[in-house]
Amino acid sequence: MEILPKMPKSWNPATKPHKFCPGCGHGLVLKALGQAIDELGVQDRLVFGCDIGCSLLAWDFFNVDTVQTHHGRTTPVMVGIKRARPELLTVAYMGDGGGYAIGSQHLVNAATRNDLITCILVNNTTYAMTGGQMAPTTVPGQKTETTPYGRDVEETGSPMLGPEMVAAISHAGAYVARGSVGRFRQLKNCLRKAIENQMAGRGFSFVEVLSTCPTNWRTDAEQTWGFLEETMPKYFPPGELKVPGGKEE
Amino acid sequence: MTGNEVVAWGALAAGAEIMYGYPITPQNEIMHYWTRLGPRFGKKFLQTEDELSAGFTTIGGVLAGKRAFTATAGPGNVLMQEPLSMAEAMRIPVVVVVQQRGGPSTATVIYSQQEVTLTCFGGNGEGLRLVYSTAFHQELFDYTVKAFNAAWKYRFPTFVLADGYQAKMRESLVIYDPAERGIEMVPSEPLVGKPGMPGTDRPPAHLRNAFSVEEELLAALGKDIEEYEAAAPEIVEADAFNAGEAGLLVVAHGIVFRSVAMAVRELVNQGERVGYFRPITLRPFPGAQLREAAQGAEQLLVVESAYGQLNKLVLENLYGSGVPVRTLFRPGVGITPEEVAEKCRALLAGKEG
Ligand SMILES: Cc1ncc(C[n+]2csc(CCOP(=O)(O)OP(=O)(O)O)c2C)c(N)n1
Ligand code: SF4
Repeated sequence: MEILPKMPKSWNPATKPHKFCPGCGHGLVLKALGQAIDELGVQDRLVFGCDIGCSLLAWDFFNVDTVQTHHGRTTPVMVGIKRARPELLTVAYMGDGGGYAIGSQHLVNAATRNDLITCILVNNTTYAMTGGQMAPTTVPGQKTETTPYGRDVEETGSPMLGPEMVAAISHAGAYVARGSVGRFRQLKNCLRKAIENQMAGRGFSFVEVLSTCPTNWRTDAEQTWGFLEETMPKYFPPGELKVPGGKEE
Repeated sequence: MTGNEVVAWGALAAGAEIMYGYPITPQNEIMHYWTRLGPRFGKKFLQTEDELSAGFTTIGGVLAGKRAFTATAGPGNVLMQEPLSMAEAMRIPVVVVVQQRGGPSTATVIYSQQEVTLTCFGGNGEGLRLVYSTAFHQELFDYTVKAFNAAWKYRFPTFVLADGYQAKMRESLVIYDPAERGIEMVPSEPLVGKPGMPGTDRPPAHLRNAFSVEEELLAALGKDIEEYEAAAPEIVEADAFNAGEAGLLVVAHGIVFRSVAMAVRELVNQGERVGYFRPITLRPFPGAQLREAAQGAEQLLVVESAYGQLNKLVLENLYGSGVPVRTLFRPGVGITPEEVAEKCRALLAGKEG
């Protein structure tokens, strides 16, 4: 008997199939997020904010109030909502460009202020929507449109370690983790804990997710999976980096 | 009290609930007074990391249904144009107080009318904003109250545009509860986080400013422009004196208007054929009122502490009327009634132009 995978309840069926490229990791992150929202029963009080970048394609993804904002500015919009209405749960959803380059000051300051929001940052090692340029997370030697001979760390620096930074600068109560679309169950748990952390009012929550972009990596299925499972974890080790009052996985 | 204190009291009277802000002279004391009023009146405040964040967090507050506002000036106003473009595109009723400072804005912090173009037309968009230019402390209070009402009524970003002089100087003020004057405050309401299960009890709010096809954007913009144009006659405000009689009509806004008003009244007392026209709303601009005031005038004099930012609006709105327009531009510098009177006398005597 064939069992079809169930769509999360919080998804908006009218906008499916979604608009991401085949093999894109965004769909899996949003599936994990949808399941986490369902399990926690928070669909009616969660506000989802998406950035510019491929994340913007999620503007009508859920049956959840959603605001699509500007490149790098999703974090302050969610902070603004949370400060005004603490009873709402706010999730800022962004790419590595949005979170680590243009919007890094917002990430740093929201973490420092211990703002009670949840940030999910999709790390696909590239600026996808603008056509595959170098991102802060592009790995050494990786070819992109603006590093056609491969990223040279002497010239452009090393890949940014976001969760490590957030773990270092955040305060008591913060939850920080790195998941991967290659480890779905673990990813869903991380996202769930990141929202639970906000619900408990403990502190800032941040999850980076290693994700795929076959379109801009110009990879087939096997190479895509290889890059995600073998290359990326060398630079970005998955796992929990900060768990308030709990054991780290 | 100082103008900045007036703004804080005005926001309080208007029922503002939360301010998001980033320090910049000359608006700092708005935050200082607001944070002092905060604990007494249950008001919230967040000091953000920069003006981009101040603008975007204000948007968040408004989306959450609160009467939220921010204040800035100079380079902060430049940075804030990004969030304000979003507010304009998404019809988010943010209220912003701008205490203009001189330019380029990294150094001069005292006085200017050089943020007119930026405030009216900055950012990506067509300038679908409301801009009230104040001249007196009482107006700072009145128009701060009005700004919250207009923002929530029309759903366009709304500005109170003052300047460093108004921010820092002291003048007396009558504080009042708008209700006592019969002013009914337009209620704020949440754009996200309404009661009920989205998708079941109510449609989910799916707010965006990115569109997949050009026609979709054109349709959205077309509707906004139409609504803006339809509301404009109701929003515009202007003040005129002796306009019909005037051989010379002097046009000024904001604090410069005070010098103009003094000079014109004195000249009229001396029997000169002078009048003034003052736009109070710079966006939308009271174009019809200006044309009417300018009818029969032999010449116009535009006076401003900028290099023709008001003048651009005047010329655009006077196009085709044929009245010659003279100017007195003192960018970033105060203008005294004596200077205005001297210029007027010279023009009336046919000495200049
Ligand atoms: C201020 C500003 N600068 C640049 C852009 C152009 N831009 C759009 S998406 C994007 C990159 C997005 O990359 P990332 O955040 O990593 O998200 P992804 O597309 O990979 O999901 C850029 C630079 C913009 N929209 N706004
Ligand atoms: S370009 Fe890359 S990140 Fe964007 S939708 Fe396609 S695969 Fe996903």
